[in-house]
Amino acid sequence: MSALPQALKGLKVIEVGGYAAGPWIGKVLANYGATVIHIEARDRPDGFRLQYPPYRNGVKGINKSGCFSYFNDSKYDVTIDVKKPGGLELARRLADWADVLIENMRPGVIDRIGLGYEDLKKTNPDLVFMSTCNMGQTGPRAATGGFGSQLSALAGFCGLTGDAEGSPQLLYGPYIDFVAALVGAPLVLAALDRRARTGKGAFIDVAQYECGAFFLAGPLYDFHANGKVLERQTNSDPVACPHNAYPCQGDDEWIAASCWDDAEFGRMAETMGHPEWAGDARFKNADARRTNADALDAAIASWTRTQDVDHAVALLQGAKVHAYKVNTCADLFTDAQLTHRKNWRVRKHAEIDYQAHYFPGFDLSDQPGDVTAPAPLLGQDNEMVFREFLGLTEEEYKKLEENGVI
Amino acid sequence: MALLEPYRVLDCTGELGWLTGRFLSDMGCDVVKIEPPGADLSAPAWRGSNAGKRLLSLDLTSKAGRETFLKMAATADFLIETAEPGSDLAKLFDIDSLRAANPKLIHVSVTPFGRTGPHAEWRASDLELMAAGGAMALAGEPDGIPLRVTAPQSPPWAASQAAVGAMVALTARNISGRGQHVDVSAQAAVLASIAHAPASWDLIDVNPKRAGAFMTGRSVHGANYRVFWPCKDGYLNFIIYGGVAGRRTNEGLCAWMRDAGADLGVLADIDWATFDSTQTTQEQVDEMEKPIGRFFMTVTKAEFLQQAFEREMLGYPVNNVADIAADPQLTERGFWADLPAPGGGTERHCGGMAMIDGERLVLDRPAPVTGQDTRAVLGEYGFADKEIDSLIKSGTAVAS
Repeated sequence: MSALPQALKGLKVIEVGGYAAGPWIGKVLANYGATVIHIEARDRPDGFRLQYPPYRNGVKGINKSGCFSYFNDSKYDVTIDVKKPGGLELARRLADWADVLIENMRPGVIDRIGLGYEDLKKTNPDLVFMSTCNMGQTGPRAATGGFGSQLSALAGFCGLTGDAEGSPQLLYGPYIDFVAALVGAPLVLAALDRRARTGKGAFIDVAQYECGAFFLAGPLYDFHANGKVLERQTNSDPVACPHNAYPCQGDDEWIAASCWDDAEFGRMAETMGHPEWAGDARFKNADARRTNADALDAAIASWTRTQDVDHAVALLQGAKVHAYKVNTCADLFTDAQLTHRKNWRVRKHAEIDYQAHYFPGFDLSDQPGDVTAPAPLLGQDNEMVFREFLGLTEEEYKKLEENGVI
Repeated sequence: MALLEPYRVLDCTGELGWLTGRFLSDMGCDVVKIEPPGADLSAPAWRGSNAGKRLLSLDLTSKAGRETFLKMAATADFLIETAEPGSDLAKLFDIDSLRAANPKLIHVSVTPFGRTGPHAEWRASDLELMAAGGAMALAGEPDGIPLRVTAPQSPPWAASQAAVGAMVALTARNISGRGQHVDVSAQAAVLASIAHAPASWDLIDVNPKRAGAFMTGRSVHGANYRVFWPCKDGYLNFIIYGGVAGRRTNEGLCAWMRDAGADLGVLADIDWATFDSTQTTQEQVDEMEKPIGRFFMTVTKAEFLQQAFEREMLGYPVNNVADIAADPQLTERGFWADLPAPGGGTERHCGGMAMIDGERLVLDRPAPVTGQDTRAVLGEYGFADKEIDSLIKSGTAVAS
């Protein structure tokens, strides 16, 4: 470990909301040392706690959702019932303590609760307040709520997945929530940088739909400039051919491989024991190969089917051909490169036992991050947060307990 | 309104890092994209992802070009680069020597697998990265070929994680006074796209399969619910959900069908207040889906979007880029930025990445063209006119 403190040590973040889009921003900040407090209510916990598998050994429970725990490692957790006497005041005290508030409810909901930006900035004027929602805080359909899995269809991703002649395809989970979290996280830190220089807080309005557009910036530009509407086209590519996934030995084992010029195709053919493919008129250049793509894919598959996938990848990479195993979730835990990067950090959870947590895709050389703790149990840090962080007296704390606020 | 006004960025990226500089530019940094003289900057993918940047045309394979770059890197705040590990360019972007010359530099490397490790020098395009990051195994028909999204997604996943890394390093620098290296792996970045799917293998030894076009695993009787429905001009994403949200959605749909005079079939007799989507059989689901399927064939994507909004139904049309471009929600939020195109006219870009304090972050530069800012940039980085002339005369730099 580095002798330096973690990069975001001292940064105080609170989260209101749940599911993925807001909490995933907090998770990434927490992995780099921020103190992140996930706020829930006992009668309205994070939706991921309630009905989202996987559950170890099939046992359900408020602290047993493997989905919730996957997105909330390294955080603190408190419960506040803002409808009970003193509840809203307590939440406001926490907001006064915080540098950053992240919320991902429908527009207007947090204002109605009494924790809106206009209210909070009266007592914490330099707060950085991040709102992330489907459509953004303004516009004719601002009030739309919804799931990221469906928003991924509106934002174009499902329609670009699949066969041109067949149905669009689902992407696993709320794809666009993670897109938006990665667009949102830099904005939070940039607003803090401005605050450090100017003393100004910020209200950040992130529309998840708009974030998705950046992930299709090229096709959108092509439409605006040239009127071209990109359609789904299985795995084909405008430049590379071959460019597909091919079956290997075993059950549902696949290799992804592509050739970006004729020389690379020659090396692939050689590796597969068919140097004659390079001289075959059907395969002589990318255009010819694309015209004869079915025959080409069949020829390649006739070789890959006889191969162990890892062996095939090693042979092709050895010949400087683009190739990788189509990693299933199980494969991700044994992938040599991800293992080298320590992308999985296993932590022991009181009710789930050992769980592997995702570490973000970037590493800092001097102040590396970490998964500092498993996901919190519901309300597990009430005492530490309210007594130590906020400085409530024992009497005040007891009263909150008695009133059912926490 | 700019958040990061004081900072200067050198952007030596290929596709994996384009959006990093774009985001830093949106947030207010001065971003100088360095491209080799003669580079083709006309591809829609390039132009769509590089707006907001200035352009320096500089040959980094020449000695004079490398020296010029090193002098600039000595005063920049950020370097973002995508050099292949082991390549000559990676040697120019040597972490330790750049740092020795400029201890404040935040050096962000974006590569397929990260700068080190057993696969660091492996070849990978978007296809292989979506495979390596677990995304392809989860997309496509369950018994079909694993699929990637037709528009490359690993570059924006990598570039956006790089932007987070750059900002974490900046936050740290504000305390320590020192920059550091940020090593981004596109493969590891793609892992973020598959939600909590890995937890299923980790916790219950179930290896998730490709998701296909149906919602599975909801009903205890194994019924699958349709997700994508053909409509008049494309497809819709709609699911018969249970629970409170499902009730509102299903009631909204039935009311819409009645208003439209459509046949409700078995839907007419269902009490949505007590309907439980976990207890249905496939036959029951099929019967429920028949009238919905018939009705959806009579509506357009735009009608569905509007009705779903007004009736508070969950579901969205399956948009293509033309639909997104025409969506009034984006237009009225001022999302699109129309900027002067290089050959005359305007070109339309995704505008500032968010709204701050009620105003959209400003995008005021279209994607640049070769040589456009060479003189201005070199001048600002401390080169005398004579030095600039000499770089241009030798062909090391190009100015338009």
